[in-house]
Amino acid sequence: MMHFLLLFSRQGKLRLQKWFLPLPERERKKIVKDMTTMVLARKPRTCNFLHWKDLKIVYKRYASLYFCCALENQDNELLALEILHRYVELLDKYFGNVCELDIIFNFEKAYFILDELLMGGEIQETSKLSIVKSIEASDMLQETMEEYISKPAF
Amino acid sequence: MPAPIRLRELIRTIRTARTQAEEREMIQKECAAIRSSFREEDNTYRCRNVAKLLYMHMLGYPAHFGQLECLKLIASQKFTDKRIGYLGAMLLLDERQDVHLLMTNCIKNDLNHSTQYVQGLSLCTLGCMGSSEMCRDLAGEVEKLLKTSNSYLRKKAALCAVHVIRKVPELMEMFLPATKNLLSEKNHGVLHTSVVLLTEMCERSPDMLSHFRKLVPQLVRILKNLIMSGYSPEHDVSGISDPFLQVRILRLLRILGKGDDDSSEAMNDILAQVATNTETSKNVGNAILYETVLTIMDIKSESGLRVLAINILGRFLLNNDKNIRYVALTSLLKTVQTDHNAVQRHRSTIVDCLKDLDVSIKRRAMELSFALVNGNNIRGMMKELLYFLDSCDPDFKADCASGIFLAAEKYAPSKRWHIDTVMRVLTTAGSYVRDDSVPNLIQLITNSVEMHAYTVQRLYKALLDDISQQPLVQVASWCIGEYGDLLVSGQLHCIILHT
Repeated sequence: MMHFLLLFSRQGKLRLQKWFLPLPERERKKIVKDMTTMVLARKPRTCNFLHWKDLKIVYKRYASLYFCCALENQDNELLALEILHRYVELLDKYFGNVCELDIIFNFEKAYFILDELLMGGEIQETSKLSIVKSIEASDMLQETMEEYISKPAF
Repeated sequence: MPAPIRLRELIRTIRTARTQAEEREMIQKECAAIRSSFREEDNTYRCRNVAKLLYMHMLGYPAHFGQLECLKLIASQKFTDKRIGYLGAMLLLDERQDVHLLMTNCIKNDLNHSTQYVQGLSLCTLGCMGSSEMCRDLAGEVEKLLKTSNSYLRKKAALCAVHVIRKVPELMEMFLPATKNLLSEKNHGVLHTSVVLLTEMCERSPDMLSHFRKLVPQLVRILKNLIMSGYSPEHDVSGISDPFLQVRILRLLRILGKGDDDSSEAMNDILAQVATNTETSKNVGNAILYETVLTIMDIKSESGLRVLAINILGRFLLNNDKNIRYVALTSLLKTVQTDHNAVQRHRSTIVDCLKDLDVSIKRRAMELSFALVNGNNIRGMMKELLYFLDSCDPDFKADCASGIFLAAEKYAPSKRWHIDTVMRVLTTAGSYVRDDSVPNLIQLITNSVEMHAYTVQRLYKALLDDISQQPLVQVASWCIGEYGDLLVSGQLHCIILHT
């Protein structure tokens, strides 16, 4: 299972943190610091995998954002790259040509989308279409649309 | 009382702060406003305020005073409230705080809600952060949902069950009846999460493992359909049908086939098929091949299949993609003990990887190279490894030096060669040699009686060149102390000057 998924900028600012294990706040902060330091120090054109404690760290940069996740030993790191890519595709579909600002100003939606893709550190849905439909339907249920001044969902 | 500032307005404002101090001031001001709003039990804007709090929490500011508010949001009838409430719970609450138990009743109600998206929210929260107590209380509800015909809920219930089992393994039994026809599902989401659930159960219980072995033919069939099926836009990734599901099935097959002849035989053909037919031009195909190789190597596969697997790894080593090369080296490291000869065939490619620019690849290549050293290839391999020692990053030098000493001890073709090798390490990477090597080296020199003169003269010359490396100085000083007479008496052996 995935232990955590982090999104951070090239300056190390956190944009999203999803934790699939219970950890105290200060430990989470320490891990975020370690991850940002390690990943940002990587030279370009090195492989997307790192070893950290007993976990495999998989990271990939999309424009100005780093997507970083931690896997257990038996998890498939090449597939993890596909999972990160799938998440980016979903964000892109939802926001239309997604950029970092979208994630900053609509962070809660980034979480809602992630929660349709992953649960408990495992993939819950492999169909992009299905996830997109679920998010669309959930958005329709919101009582105060004005609360969420957003671009059209789809 | 003016309405509290909107979430995105706040984000915009905070981003205009030019200094950390300015940001902190804005945050403190807003937190004060939010706190008083919470105190007034304002229902209308609670959602907006908690959302703002979550944003500030992400920036690193404390938000614990919002925990109870999340619970109130979860208990609200409005979907918008619940969405933010559950998100807040997942971010701000954890099982360490007693407060989290107050969620249990709300979650129980929401698990039975008439709207599937509300049920989904509660399943998700329980499945991500439910404590053992919560899992115990709510396992029955999850089990019920695992049997529903609604695939949206069924897939979430399956992963929720996985979490419950991880927190409270004794509850595994109660989910067994519901697994009966999980694999007959057509829906890929349910199929995928079901395979995850079955995998979790098999990994935790040998009884479950034996029980589920009968599923092998069905899993093989599902995998076969995925590979043979035509283009399905919904699940396609670069021409491959649902790679996520394929990989998970391969992983479950690995667990079911391990140590079992019949199961391994039943999956032999499909593994060969996947290994030969999967498209390798993109990462997604290689992800499937990677998992296939791991499965082939773990089960009782025929030798032909094993060779196929190692050859796939050999091809991976030549791939342009660094990630694939890295994964190949890691996998070869796992199999080098059991399939030593097959891996040896790829030795030269592996040794080439020592020259790779990528640090992670170099490290794996070094570990694997040491694993491949034997009596036959020691001279050639040592040449490469010594060259590597010369040029590698300081981070590697200690491990590399230790590895060279170990290999030399095991396979040295002659005492002279052994001493020369040791000398070479001491002079090129002397300051990185581990402290515990020094007594071992001294022991080695002591035992090579006929080499004493040669050794002490070479060590003396090395000191003349460079006296800064401590382990070298330690060994040399000891040697000169012991065999100084041989040094001073001018007895010269042919000293092949070390260049």
